[in-house]
Amino acid sequence: MDQPVSSVPAGAEQGGGFAVEITGLYKWFGNFQALADVNLKVRNGERVVICGPSGSGKSTLIRCINALEDYQRGEVKVEGVALTNNLKRIDQIRREVGMVFQQFNLFPHLTVMENCTLAPIHVRKMPRNEAEAVARKFLERVRIPEQADKYPAQLSGGQQQRVAIARALCMNPKIMMFDEPTSSLDPEMVKEVLDTMVELAREGMTMLVVTHEMGFARQVANRMVFMDAGQIVEINTPEVFFSNPQHDRTRMFLSQILKNV
Amino acid sequence: MSDAARSPIVQVAVTEDDVFVRSQSVPVLPPPLVATGPIGWLRANLFSTPLNALLTVAVVALLVWLVPPLIRFLFIDATWSGADREACLAASDGAEGACWAFVRDRLAYFIYGSYPIAQRWRVDLFFAMLAFGVGWLLWLDAPRRALGALYFFVVMPVIAYVLLNGFPLIGLPSVDTALWGGVLVTVVVTTVGIVASLPLGILLALGRRSSLPVVRVASTLFIEFVRGVPLITVLFMASVMLPLFVPPAWAPDKLLRALVGIVLFSSAYMAEVVRGGLAAIPNGQYEAARALGLRFWRMQGFVVLPQALRITIPNIVNSFIALFKDTTLVFFVGIFDFLKTIEVARVDPKWATPVTSATGYAFAAIFYFVFCFLMARYADRIEYRLARADRR
Repeated sequence: MDQPVSSVPAGAEQGGGFAVEITGLYKWFGNFQALADVNLKVRNGERVVICGPSGSGKSTLIRCINALEDYQRGEVKVEGVALTNNLKRIDQIRREVGMVFQQFNLFPHLTVMENCTLAPIHVRKMPRNEAEAVARKFLERVRIPEQADKYPAQLSGGQQQRVAIARALCMNPKIMMFDEPTSSLDPEMVKEVLDTMVELAREGMTMLVVTHEMGFARQVANRMVFMDAGQIVEINTPEVFFSNPQHDRTRMFLSQILKNV
Repeated sequence: MSDAARSPIVQVAVTEDDVFVRSQSVPVLPPPLVATGPIGWLRANLFSTPLNALLTVAVVALLVWLVPPLIRFLFIDATWSGADREACLAASDGAEGACWAFVRDRLAYFIYGSYPIAQRWRVDLFFAMLAFGVGWLLWLDAPRRALGALYFFVVMPVIAYVLLNGFPLIGLPSVDTALWGGVLVTVVVTTVGIVASLPLGILLALGRRSSLPVVRVASTLFIEFVRGVPLITVLFMASVMLPLFVPPAWAPDKLLRALVGIVLFSSAYMAEVVRGGLAAIPNGQYEAARALGLRFWRMQGFVVLPQALRITIPNIVNSFIALFKDTTLVFFVGIFDFLKTIEVARVDPKWATPVTSATGYAFAAIFYFVFCFLMARYADRIEYRLARADRR
């Protein structure tokens, strides 16, 4: 498991262009500046891990990519499509970007299967039996095919998060975003979720991951992004980032979080 | 901070007795039995403290004082049959009992009002259709409930309108709504009020939470205006003011005007109940739905409302109970609902006895109580079921 995932993204070999292009992004919550001049380009097939202290704007940044947050200045492009206020554009982008949340956010009144087929049926207009076949495939891939008829509350936290991953995958997204996917899990369940994510990385999925799991980052990331106070402080390869961080703030952060391990 | 960090952590000596490694797993045991007989139960529940004992005695005394006379009036001394007032007057020598003969004699009037006798089968058919639809919808494990909803909200209203109002083309003579009365009117007003106010209330609740200022302000103004006015005012406005604004030829039917008033009134209350449910849905549900690409109406319809309505079912039923009882106010705008028919019948000289009014009102009280109690029990069962589902 600790073998690093191939460092050359599959998409880059094919010259696949950029999955996400963020230029000069600024965002304010009231008077509070949440993002300041953020520039980030993510290639197809690339896996970018974003870390930083709490309140540094990591989650806000990835939530801007699928328009869960709006922003005041700058530009976001997903698969070459510029994000605007146009609802059609937003829908188009959301179909291509899957998202996994810290709190899972499964729909508690629907079974695991219904959670997975809701969007394919009503957004992608897939026939029900086809959507169920797709859902079964992805539930198998996250190793919980036998839970399909249960309700989310009957599953453990780790199982719920894997259902959330399967639910996002059922929309057949080109990009997967993870917002602290293991932060609200019991320690014993972190690994099963990370294993699922490593597998996804092996298959060449473009991934943006906000996490503090540095072991996972080291194993999977093509590039590490470190943010502080709404700005990107350092972008580097994991080798350099962990062994020889260039910015003082990065060094301080890493010394804080790695000290206790 | 650095001083604290450098000072050594105080060590406490650990002996051999302080460490432990389990060698055998503890067997699973049933919980211990708690012995209680009837005496133990009485002591624990009715006489646990002096105050509790005092309250128990007081309540028992109150029941002894109230219940026997009530039973005597309603059952023991009651007159059950007779053709007119003589039966009840003859029986009430000395003891006063309810004159159920009066209720039996006028029962058809209480149910149908002045609906033509030859056409009353249409009302019976309507009652049967309604009971079937209500049963289908309220029985949560019933098959094809989506079809049941279609029947109840679309098919049945159309058929009921044709049936009750008449449609001469297919041989059903028109029956003017002025002839409708009794339970029929109460049931029609309640059903229309419930069926129309729930969707309207949901729309108003969504409107009040909308991010579009015009929609939000309009919904808020409507809700606050209606909630700030008594129902009787809304009814008077609907029946007196509405005709002033529309030409007389278009003036809607009197019953229809009252219905519109009731629906507007109860939808404002329903909106506030539903809004409470909507507020309980965590933001993450909206975000997950949006991230999956669901647009506003799909997100509301598939993710938010099913959860919000489920947790508000007890409150919704509570509003329905209030609405059911509030329908008696249509009485004041000259509509012969169930209570009004009793009001009219009790002063009929044919049945003039000292107990006629009391009997009529007792009958009305029993009628309203039975229906409200059933609704409340149903809401309880739903609540229990939801609580069990949450523990799942």
